[in-house]
Amino acid sequence: MEHVNVTRGMASMLALVAGVGMAQAKTDIVVGMQLEPPHLDPTSAAAGAIDEVLYANVFEGLTRFGPDGAVNPGLAESWEISEDGTVYTFKLREGVTFHDGSTMDAEDVKFSLDRARAADSANAQKALFAGITDVEVVDPQTVKVTLEAANGSFLFNMAWGDAVIVAPESIENIKTNPVGTGAFKFDNWVQGDRIDIVKNPDYWGEPAKLDRATFKFISDPTAAFAAVMAEDVHAFVGFPAPENLPQFDADPRFQVLIGSTEGETILSTNNKQAPFDDVRVRKALAHAIDRQAIIDGAMFGYGTPIGTHFAPHHPDYVDLTANSAYDPELAKSLLAEAGFADGFTTTLKLPPPAYARRGGEIIASQLRAVGIETEISNLEWAQWLEQVFTGKDFGLTIVSHTEPMDIGIYGNPEYYFQYDDADFQQIMTDLTAESDPAARSALMKQAQEKISADYVNGYLFQLAALRVANAKVVGLWENMPTQANDLTAVYWQE
Amino acid sequence: MLRYVLKRLVSLVISLAVASLVIFLAIEVVPGDPAAYMLGMNAQADTLAALRDQLGLNGSVFERYTSWVGGMLVGDFGTSYTYRTPVAEMIGDRMWISLPLAAYALTLSTVIAFPAGVWAASRRGSAADMGVMGVTQLGVAIPNFWFAMLMVLVFAINLGWFSAGGFAGWEQGFLAGMKSLTLPAIALALPQASILTRVMRSSLLDTLSEDFIRTARAKGLTRRQVLWRHALRNAMIPVLTIIGMQFSFLLAGAIIIENVFFLPGLGRLVFQAISARDLIVVESVVMLLVFAVIMVNFAVDLAYAAVDPRLRGRR
Repeated sequence: MEHVNVTRGMASMLALVAGVGMAQAKTDIVVGMQLEPPHLDPTSAAAGAIDEVLYANVFEGLTRFGPDGAVNPGLAESWEISEDGTVYTFKLREGVTFHDGSTMDAEDVKFSLDRARAADSANAQKALFAGITDVEVVDPQTVKVTLEAANGSFLFNMAWGDAVIVAPESIENIKTNPVGTGAFKFDNWVQGDRIDIVKNPDYWGEPAKLDRATFKFISDPTAAFAAVMAEDVHAFVGFPAPENLPQFDADPRFQVLIGSTEGETILSTNNKQAPFDDVRVRKALAHAIDRQAIIDGAMFGYGTPIGTHFAPHHPDYVDLTANSAYDPELAKSLLAEAGFADGFTTTLKLPPPAYARRGGEIIASQLRAVGIETEISNLEWAQWLEQVFTGKDFGLTIVSHTEPMDIGIYGNPEYYFQYDDADFQQIMTDLTAESDPAARSALMKQAQEKISADYVNGYLFQLAALRVANAKVVGLWENMPTQANDLTAVYWQE
Repeated sequence: MLRYVLKRLVSLVISLAVASLVIFLAIEVVPGDPAAYMLGMNAQADTLAALRDQLGLNGSVFERYTSWVGGMLVGDFGTSYTYRTPVAEMIGDRMWISLPLAAYALTLSTVIAFPAGVWAASRRGSAADMGVMGVTQLGVAIPNFWFAMLMVLVFAINLGWFSAGGFAGWEQGFLAGMKSLTLPAIALALPQASILTRVMRSSLLDTLSEDFIRTARAKGLTRRQVLWRHALRNAMIPVLTIIGMQFSFLLAGAIIIENVFFLPGLGRLVFQAISARDLIVVESVVMLLVFAVIMVNFAVDLAYAAVDPRLRGRR
């Protein structure tokens, strides 16, 4: 360790003398990110930044998401599902060890799943584990998971970052010293600055191509721009200054990667608050909004219009944007029909991201054109969670729902936008119990059409994944099927 | 002198006690639940309750205040809600950046301001004086974050002499650490040096027009001798006040510059902690900054007494 530091010290001294940045090392990478993880336990916080550093790199689950969003085998190399769909028997990979050297076996899987579903669990996605009634260790390589009822999404659920396998020995300090099974080991965290991960030489699968990766946290958009331009960072994921992307695109030193995410950005509407309890008013809202103008104005053109709460890149996506095509005249007549010929006033509460703050101004002016006045208030996330999400004290808000495949939230009448519809809830119940792919696909389409026809929320656009990288960096995921930066296949091209 | 010091000490302790109460109450009423922030939009009610319990958020306000103050008295600042590490440790880490940065900026500012101020004052009305006044006017007017971005553009992006930001880490060597702090320190020092130069100049001019200076000149001392032996010492009081204020400001007020250069300093810690509702961190850092400000003022008070013997004698 000592000699590494000496070498690095000498290198930076040389850089100082030469007055230039360090020569490009081909086996390490510095990845810039806007948000820093609050801690390093993906199984006890909602912060996407935790997964963006650790998912697939340090921690792995029974199953894992591939770059295309498919659910692939992870620590489980195969599984059998009982006839009635309630019992999953997972066959674990042989020879998997945690980074502290201990063996990963069925006991660890049982521990992880039981911890996540326990009464005192702090898992932010506890619902993923809700149907599990029993986890049984059959032998060190075999785990049997029993579900209350068949759940067609179970393997998908197990691929989430919140369902990764952790070890009881290292759980005490997981928040500062995460010990996983992945192709990279956690090395160092300088809080407020960076996290280093290094190659795991004992990895069970295809070893990582890089020796070291550093995640550097730069929150200010201008600073992010400068860091990429000065080549202090080799890639920036979730680049916060879309207005600068054309400049990078034109520069041969860089590549700009625009992919899709799971973030449906919606004008969330309080379905229980008058006048939004009237479907005609919600329909008027939908027709009053010019999506493309919002995408161009707030996101500098990056984003795909959506007409329902579903990711456009998903094979089961139905394009329903025509249901709510921009038509201010129709919106006005719908409002008149609902008894609001002179319009009304409501609240528009905006969380911090640029899509909400910038998009909010544009939406407010579009709504004003049809007679709806909005009182805009800008909230911090903590306030937004308290007032809007928990307190349900809002008329309208703009937020991106970034969890993959989360149309199920419409089945919960308590969820903050308070859509309470028995037919939709039935579709969700059927979907959970269904495991036949064709039938599931039909149900998912039905669900999308239902919420679109009920104009539950204003559906705006799918958030784009904006990344800038050095032109020689290869292997970054094109899309973001989950909030992750899987670096296991990343390397430098000569 | 002893009496003077004691009096200052008592007022210091009272200030700290009042500050701790105000800080605690002000921060406790901020809306937003740290547990809800951490668990996000899909959290279930029982999960939230479990986390609130783990974080110790369920005690009464009085209990939490006494345990916070009691802990601080023995050097225990509590444990961060989000990072789950001791606050004292986090502050300690950040101090290694904020303190050197503040000291670096203050040194630069003083090193520039002293000669510039004295030079301008001793040549009152000359082209040199006008030049110094003009440049410092500009220095006060330019926002430091804008100046910082300009420097990044020139020295990091175009010339490549410095990195655009970030901190190399002291383990890379003293020079590498100082190099990472150079652009931020210059950005911070520019407005401070300008202010200090102007204060230095006007204070010196005021002193130079006083009777005792005329007396000294009448005794036969040269202009230069009067300036260095009599005027400078008497002109120091306002200058010391400004330096004291600047140090406190630099320690606490570097948030924007820390953001521009993505330095993991104290300002950035507070910034992150506020949005995450990591109240214990916010309270402790703010308290520490108040402590620093009060200590600096105390030191400045003592320095007054050192340069102005009249203060020692008075009640």
